Amino acid sequence: MLQVDKIPSYQPVLTQNPYQPHMARIVRIYKMVEDNYLFTLRFLDDRLAAGFRHQPGQFLMLSVPGAGEAPISISSSPSRPGVLELCVRRMGRVTNALYRMQTNDVVGIRGPYGNGFPIQDIIGHDLLFVAGGLGMAPLRSLVWYALDNRDKFNRVTLMFGSKSPADMLFREELVSLVDRTDMTCLLTVDRDPTGSWKNHVGLLPKLFDSAQIDPARTYAAVCGPPVVYRFVLQRLLDLGFPKDRILMSLERRMKCGVGKCGHCNVGYKYTCINGPIFTYWDAINLPEMI
Amino acid sequence: MKILKLPKEKLDFFASVVQQFGEVHAPVEQDGKYVFQRLSRWSEARLDYDRTILPPKKYTLPPRETLFQYRAGQGYLPSTEGLDKRIVLMGVHACDVYGLNLLDQVFSGRYDDPPYQTRRKNMAIIGIDCRPDGSCFCRSMRADFVDRGFDLFFYDIGDYYLTLVGTALGDDMVLATGPLFEKASPEDIDEYKRRSSSKRQAFQLEVEIRDLPEIFEMEYQSGIWDELGEKCLSCGSCSMVCPTCYCHDVADDAQLGSRDGGRNRSWDSCLFAAHAAVAGGENFRNSRASRIKLRYYHKHRGFVAEYGRPGCVGCGRCIAACPVEIHIGDVIAKLRGIQNAPSR
Repeated sequence: MLQVDKIPSYQPVLTQNPYQPHMARIVRIYKMVEDNYLFTLRFLDDRLAAGFRHQPGQFLMLSVPGAGEAPISISSSPSRPGVLELCVRRMGRVTNALYRMQTNDVVGIRGPYGNGFPIQDIIGHDLLFVAGGLGMAPLRSLVWYALDNRDKFNRVTLMFGSKSPADMLFREELVSLVDRTDMTCLLTVDRDPTGSWKNHVGLLPKLFDSAQIDPARTYAAVCGPPVVYRFVLQRLLDLGFPKDRILMSLERRMKCGVGKCGHCNVGYKYTCINGPIFTYWDAINLPEMI
Repeated sequence: MKILKLPKEKLDFFASVVQQFGEVHAPVEQDGKYVFQRLSRWSEARLDYDRTILPPKKYTLPPRETLFQYRAGQGYLPSTEGLDKRIVLMGVHACDVYGLNLLDQVFSGRYDDPPYQTRRKNMAIIGIDCRPDGSCFCRSMRADFVDRGFDLFFYDIGDYYLTLVGTALGDDMVLATGPLFEKASPEDIDEYKRRSSSKRQAFQLEVEIRDLPEIFEMEYQSGIWDELGEKCLSCGSCSMVCPTCYCHDVADDAQLGSRDGGRNRSWDSCLFAAHAAVAGGENFRNSRASRIKLRYYHKHRGFVAEYGRPGCVGCGRCIAACPVEIHIGDVIAKLRGIQNAPSR
């Protein structure tokens, strides 16, 4: 008979904790537009800073000490590692606390999470980006990924709409893309109080009149407020885009980022692990998505 | 699987021996209902209980727990408090073991959940069989028997418990009791089979789950959801008592005057108004109807897509807990277009 004191001990080993935030320093706060700043972060740990890899379209969970955690899409391209750029709109508790921080303050990061854009599928195709307002934040990682790997894609077209020139996120870098000959960058504003805006004035869908798009060999990446989806999706369908080649990035309430907390449920999928990039076909089949 | 039998009158001795494997918890009567709690003496245990108010998930996913402590200069330090506590949970019904097995899948997969997994590994499960009452529909949910997730499982065969040994830990428990367990005879197995088929006849509530995911798709726009939304109080009771509900909130609490503090997670419910509200005021499920629909949809459509079976084990707790008598049997019968639900 086995003695009780010889019973093997069942001591579980703590597995790697996906909830562990890693500390990162705010290296730059760029005030692009009021309440829409671009925060540049670098992990305190050099190996993490150099080793962190993400896919365009993925997001991370940002911790602001004392305030909590929020999902933020990564606006920088993995083709430019070392730092992470987050375009953050001042909105809730966590982002308000972030806006009270200064350069060199420390925040927590874990991730990257989510599926990201299906790079393997879209390589070799034309790319069409359509964004409105803050919708540029998740698309920008793929824009720069495509431009940094220009030989891997065919035609690249970017359409971006803002309320006014002063409201345009990433305005300087996007205006500088207008002159590039290896892509078409179409920028529009709803109105131009300055009178000095040299690009388009009018609503976002009007930019389709200025672009040459071949739906048979193009992937479209769309992101923006609901009004963008309402008009742009129909336009893409009218052009003949297959529904599974229209890619969209979604936002939802999230507490974990790893498919456990239940908050980002859409229909029966989780935005955090099944998304945040969904196709329009997914959207039709998952109620409440858009 | 190793199959033995334990004389019923030796159960208290068995319980005293398994104390050496951890704190012994079991169902205890409280104001006419039952709760899993730590036993101060074996006579408190009520193994003939119907259902506990809360399922065993309260041990693996506590109603509130601290995940991290934040310290300026040190970052987020994982909290391990209480994770190493060893518990032996006795008297767990098959449906509840099944519930834990489902949660195990949710809290593993591509991403581990270390606090959940650690607590689960430190908890021994000793199952016991039961007789269905009017709210039990575990058989419909294929959760009336479990083949894993327990260390030992006791089946009442008269003067003995037929004992299934599920794990090495369970085997160690058997060995630690010395010659207490006996070899099961062919007659014992026959008695088990006789009682098993008699249990099968005892179910009063049946829910047909075949093609239910498809029915949910077809009835997504049904007015039934609006009716339910009118009735539902969004109180979240059904989520709290559900063995497979795992929605949780995570929030930081800072100490006054500093950023130091804890990151805590606590139970949440998809029925709560703010469950899908994002910063800026948008709420993706503003109406009660949309929220109760999500709860049903996730369990009977989402779980099937993700894990191949519904996220319901038929324990009947949501029926007992609902203050406005929303009954899952009625809801599914209505969706199926059955007027006078024969299930009740």
